[in-house]
Formats: sequence, structure tokens, C-alpha cells
Amino acid sequence: MLTINNLHASVDGKKILNGINLEVKKGEVHAIMGPNGSGKSTLASVLAGREKFQVTAGNIDFDGIDLLELSSEVRSREGIFLAFQYPVEIPGVSITNFMKAAVNEHRKHKGLEPIAPSAFLRLMKEKKALVEMEAKLSNRSVNEGFSGGEKKKNEIFQMAMLEPKLAVLDETDSGLDIDALRIVANGVNKLKTSENASIVITHYQRLLDYIVPDIIHVLYNGRIVKTGGRELALELEEKGYDWIKKEDDGK
Amino acid sequence: MKKDDDKIINEFANKEYEAGFTTEIDMDVFPKGLSENIVRAISAKKEEPEFMLEFRLKAFRYWKKMSEPNWAHLSYKKPDFQDISYYAAPKNTPKFNSLDEVDPELLDTFEKLGIPLDEQKVLAGVAVDAVIDSVSVHTTFRETLLEKGIIFCSFSDALKEYPKLIKKYLGTVVPYSDNYYAALNAAVFSDGSFAYIPKGVKCPMELSTYFRINAANTGQFERTLLVADAGSKVSYLEGCTAPVRDENQLHAAVVEIVAMENADVKYSTVQNWYPGDKNGKGGIYNFVTKRGICRGANSKISWTQVETGSAITWKYPSTILKGDNSIGEFYSVAVTNNMQQADTGTKMIHLGRNTKSTIVSKGISLGHSSNSYRGLVTVAKNASNARNFSQCDSLLIGDKCGAHTFPYIEVNNQTATVEHEATTSKISEDQVFYCQQRGLDSESAVSLIVNGFAKEVLNQLPMEFAVEAQKLLSLTLEGSVG
Ligand SMILES: Nc1ncnc2c1ncn2[C@@H]1O[C@H](COP(=O)(O)OP(=O)(O)OP(=O)(O)O)[C@@H](O)[C@H]1O
Ligand SMILES: [Mg+2]
Repeated sequence: MLTINNLHASVDGKKILNGINLEVKKGEVHAIMGPNGSGKSTLASVLAGREKFQVTAGNIDFDGIDLLELSSEVRSREGIFLAFQYPVEIPGVSITNFMKAAVNEHRKHKGLEPIAPSAFLRLMKEKKALVEMEAKLSNRSVNEGFSGGEKKKNEIFQMAMLEPKLAVLDETDSGLDIDALRIVANGVNKLKTSENASIVITHYQRLLDYIVPDIIHVLYNGRIVKTGGRELALELEEKGYDWIKKEDDGK
Repeated sequence: MKKDDDKIINEFANKEYEAGFTTEIDMDVFPKGLSENIVRAISAKKEEPEFMLEFRLKAFRYWKKMSEPNWAHLSYKKPDFQDISYYAAPKNTPKFNSLDEVDPELLDTFEKLGIPLDEQKVLAGVAVDAVIDSVSVHTTFRETLLEKGIIFCSFSDALKEYPKLIKKYLGTVVPYSDNYYAALNAAVFSDGSFAYIPKGVKCPMELSTYFRINAANTGQFERTLLVADAGSKVSYLEGCTAPVRDENQLHAAVVEIVAMENADVKYSTVQNWYPGDKNGKGGIYNFVTKRGICRGANSKISWTQVETGSAITWKYPSTILKGDNSIGEFYSVAVTNNMQQADTGTKMIHLGRNTKSTIVSKGISLGHSSNSYRGLVTVAKNASNARNFSQCDSLLIGDKCGAHTFPYIEVNNQTATVEHEATTSKISEDQVFYCQQRGLDSESAVSLIVNGFAKEVLNQLPMEFAVEAQKLLSLTLEGSVG
């Protein structure tokens, strides 16, 4: 589904990604771990097409299309979803209106009519239930005054609404209490099919108890320096990143 | 980050002004220039009662002694008052009693603007007075309203049919000596709307006046008088557009509102005069005096304005809170793009006890425009327990525009509470990207964010017009982002 080939990217002249190679197949869950500042969020942003990041080399293939050719909104409509590490506030715009606009853009892209109001409300209700989001939250402005946990839930709710092919979850677990973590993870698991895939960025092995990854990658200095199975997460939990840094710096 | 903001902004091209067409009709236009003779001629043309001519002449003599104000945060070439024609009207059409008599070109004009004058087609529940250049061409639903005792007609008709009412209220809220443009308007105004809601009557439909400047080299000077008698309720809406022309055109209107005891008046404006082109060529100079008085106890006047047009806007809808417990509200969204300049705000004059005022002003600036809020809150000695809350928010899109806030507060009673809050923000690249990641293009994203910013004010508009206003805001921003 997704093939990243020798991806280099920089921001404001600073090189951040230095040759990423990654292949994600349909039905897979990949986890990306790595020390702070290693480039995890940058990779997520580049996948989503954020313009402030310049891709200086490499390419990304997404289901046969050259992803780098597409604007960020078209990537979204093609099925790429990013759950933000720091969700953004949009004062005065209710989640309901925001989602209606988003859903209709996605439908238009598929050549469908705008969604009927009743169908939309039903969809909202169903997806809110999935992440146990408080019903009233959707009348509030997007992320404005939300608690850290509510913001993260809202991201997964939006993901549920848009049903992406590829979801990138950037530290969706941070700031969640134990119950919320379970709820959010369950939500993600319920959305999983054999046709879609996700990339889960996290610092904690704990999340991976709930969302079980097929493959784990470690990102360091803008490159994937280690790839392994579930045991890699446990090893990192125990030993930290020093050994990986040393290994890599020694090369 | 910086770069992307620039990109977003630079791709803001000039929006096409959709109402910018002209109508080819025979016009009766006075020669350019202003003199006592012209004032007399306007009055004669309209076959006005003697008191009206006197009012005009007094105003004209007073105006001649005044000089144009220059305290506003605006810079422009002062209009040459001798280079303007003060009367222009579609020919041979003094007044239409039936739509069959109206020039089809004119009907077309209003249809194109989305203001059908055919009562069958008109928005349900909205009565319209259509004013083109200097005269009212048609008022819908006059009879229906009259059954309830509600008078809604053009100012000229009112002068003929209800001279006593006009004489009683004209100039009581905005005297001709009030300011330079108000004096000019008093001397040369040609038409406008008049509404009277009798005691205890709740007006069953929205009243609205639609102003259209069509002729070139003319000024538009209309006057609106709204009287809400004790216990009555009315919602009134005004809309305006003008063709695209290279020269600046002057619009100097006066609106007076009188609210008696327990009356409730809501006055909404969606102003979309031609703003001039990208380089600041052409556009309407909008110098308007709007004031209401809450004369009786427990009365309420609420102003809502959505200002997107005009090259220059100079406008401060104000409320005199004379009756005890009376309430004044001002909700405003002003958008300036390209070279537009707006200096707008309100005055809340607290005279009565327990009077309350709320001011919510949202300024949105783009391009090289300048957007100023100017507000005055006065609490008189006897206005015990007066309360005011003001909120002024500015949203800047790009770094070549400016937003300014000039709040003036004069409190002469210690029991008063006056609160003022102000914020300035920018649309961040973060916000735009967040929306894009959900599938909205950057233009829709900016439009959504701007509408969100202005929501508190848009919510005040009557339903049908809120949708219109939202569209208008989006249109103003169109092409603004890439
Ligand atoms: N606009 C920018 N200008 C300069 N440096 C930037 C900019 N944006 C990100 N960086 C740098 O890029 C590097 C990678 O940042 P990124 O956010 O991708 O890290 P991360 O792996 O997600 O870290 P964390 O675990 O803390 O979330 C960091 O050193 C960061 O400071
Ligand atoms: Mg990060």
C-alpha cells in the first residue's frame, strides 16, 4: 500500500529525514519509536503533505500513485489520515460543522452527493460511540478548551468518520489516562480491516499491548536504524535508546 | 512557517465583485454641483411639504460652515462636493404601484442581486423597499403590513402620506447639525425607508431596504427612520451594492431609530458596496451616521453589521440608552481586503439607570487594508448601575494589513461597570494544515476559520441573512489562498 523510498526532507534549511525506507502492506500495523527529535512527527507531516517540509530526495508510492505529487487535501481525500500529536484549535467552528465539511469534501472526491443531514447525524452518533466521546463535545469548537485526552479522542473520532486507508497516529497515547487509552486503542482496533493499514508512533510499549503491531521500527537521526518484532519494544522499554544510538553512531 | 504563511497570503488574489454590473436605463440626473438651488430643486422634485424644505435649507446653511472631519484612521482624497450630482432617478418612474409599471431592466437588476421584487417570489417573510440611486422603486407587502397598522414605505411616500409622523421624529436622534456628513445628508437626501410599528405590535416579517447605486458621478444620500412604539418589536435589514466604477462614489446615509417603552428593535446591515479594485482604484466612500435612542424604559436596540464592501467605511452605529433598564447591543464583522480602509465601531451612551450595553466587534484584515475599531462608552452621572461589556477581536491575514483599536471610555458614575477586552490573532499555518489534512483545500480552510472567528456576530443575523452573510464572507476571501 505504501512504499517509502530513500526519503530525505528538510525544514527551514535544516535536514531532518535522511533516507527513510519503509514498506507498509494492507492489513498491517507498524509502530515507529525513537528518541525525541528523531524525526517521527516530521515523517508523519511529510506523508500528509505539509508544505513547510521540503522533500529533497526520494519518493513515496501510495497504492500506485505518486504521493508527492498530491496536495495535502487530496492526500486526505485519497485516504491518508494523520492523528496529530498536537491537535489544533479552531475557534468558532464546531466539530459538527468541521466534520460535515470534511466528509463532504471526501464524498465529492469520490463523485458522491453531499451527505444528507439525517445520515450525517447518524454517522456522527455511531462514531462518537466508538470512542465513547461525550455527545455534547461535537457542538463545541474544534479542540478549543479540550483537555489533552479529549483532543486525542477527537482525533480518533475524526479518523472513524473519514475511514482512511492509511492512518498515522502520532503519539495518540500521550496524555490519555488508563481507561481512555483502552477506549482509544479499542476504537483503532475496531476500525482495522484487511484493507487498511496504520502507522502508530509512540514512546511507550504500553500502547502496543493494546494495538498490537506487526512490525516495529526505530527512528534515529532521520533514518530507520532498527526494525523488529514485538520483542524490540520490550527491549527498548528495558534498555532505553543508548545502545541503539551507540550502534548507529559507531557505523 | 513564515514562508508558508506568505504563500497562503500571496495566493489571495483579488476577488471578483459579483454585484459590479451596471443597468442601462434612462436616468433623470441633476447637473453636478451643490448649492441652495439644488437643495430647493430636490425638494421641489419630490413635492415635499414646506417643513421638509426648511429642514434641508437649515442643514445646508449649517453644512457650509463646517469642515470635513479628519480624526478617523483613514487616508483618502477628500471628495469634491461640486463634482457630484445630487439626484439621479430612473426616468418616468416616480413611483410604482404595481410591478407591471416597473422597467423590466430594473426588475432584472434586483433579480440578479437576489432581491426579487415580485411578492410571489420574494423570500417568505421579508418585505423589501428597493432604492435605486436616489429613489425607492418599489416596496413589497405594504398592504399586508398596513393591515396590522405597520407603516413601511419609502421616505418620499411617507412625507406625502404621514407628514405628521415624519415631522415628529425627523432629526430627533441625528440632528442635522450632528456632523459634517449628517448635515450634508439632511440637505440633499433623496429617499430611503420609513417604518412605524404601532403600540404592542410585533412585526410579522423582516423589513428590509435594499440600496443600489447605479448612476455614475452621483452620490447616494438616503435616510431611514424607524419608529417602534411602546411594546412593539421589529427586525430590519439593510443591504447595499454598487456597480464597478473607476471613480470613487460617495454614500452618506443617515439612519434614525426611536424605541419607545418596552420596544425591541433589531437592525442588521449587510454592506457590500463596491470596494474598489486591487490597487485601490474606485470604490464607494461610505460615510454613514446611524443612531438609535432607547427612549422608553426596558427598550432595546440591537445593531448587527457585516461590512465587506466600500473603499472607505466611516460608520459608528450608536445607541443612546435613555430609558431605565434599556439595552444596547452592537455586533460587527468588518472585513477589509486589498486597499480598503474601515474605521468603524459604536457609541453607547448610558443615560438611564441599570442600562446595559454589549459590544462585540470582529475585524478581519487582508491585503494592504486597514481596519480600525473605534468605540465610545459613556456613562452619565445619573446612570447608576450601568454596565458595558466590550470585546474587540482582530484577525490578520498576511503581514501587510493593519488592525487598530481605539476604545474611549468616559465614566461619571461610580456604580458603573465597564469591561473591555481585545485580542489580535492570525490564521496560523497550523490551522490551515489541520483543515487540509481533513480534506479541505486552503481556501475553504480560511473561509471556515474566518466564519468561525465571526460566528458570534453572524449568529445575531436573521437566519436567511446569516447564510447570505457567510457566503459573502467566503466570497470576499475567495482566491485569497492557494
Ligand atoms: N520548523 C522547524 N525548524 C527547525 N527545526 C525543526 C522545525 N520543525 C522541526 N524541527 C526539528 O526537527 C527535528 C525532528 O522533529 P520531530 O518533531 O519530527 O521529532 P519527533 O521524533 O516527533 O520528536 P518527539 O518524540 O519529541 O515528538 C527536531 O530536532 C526539531 O527541533
Ligand atoms: Mg513528535
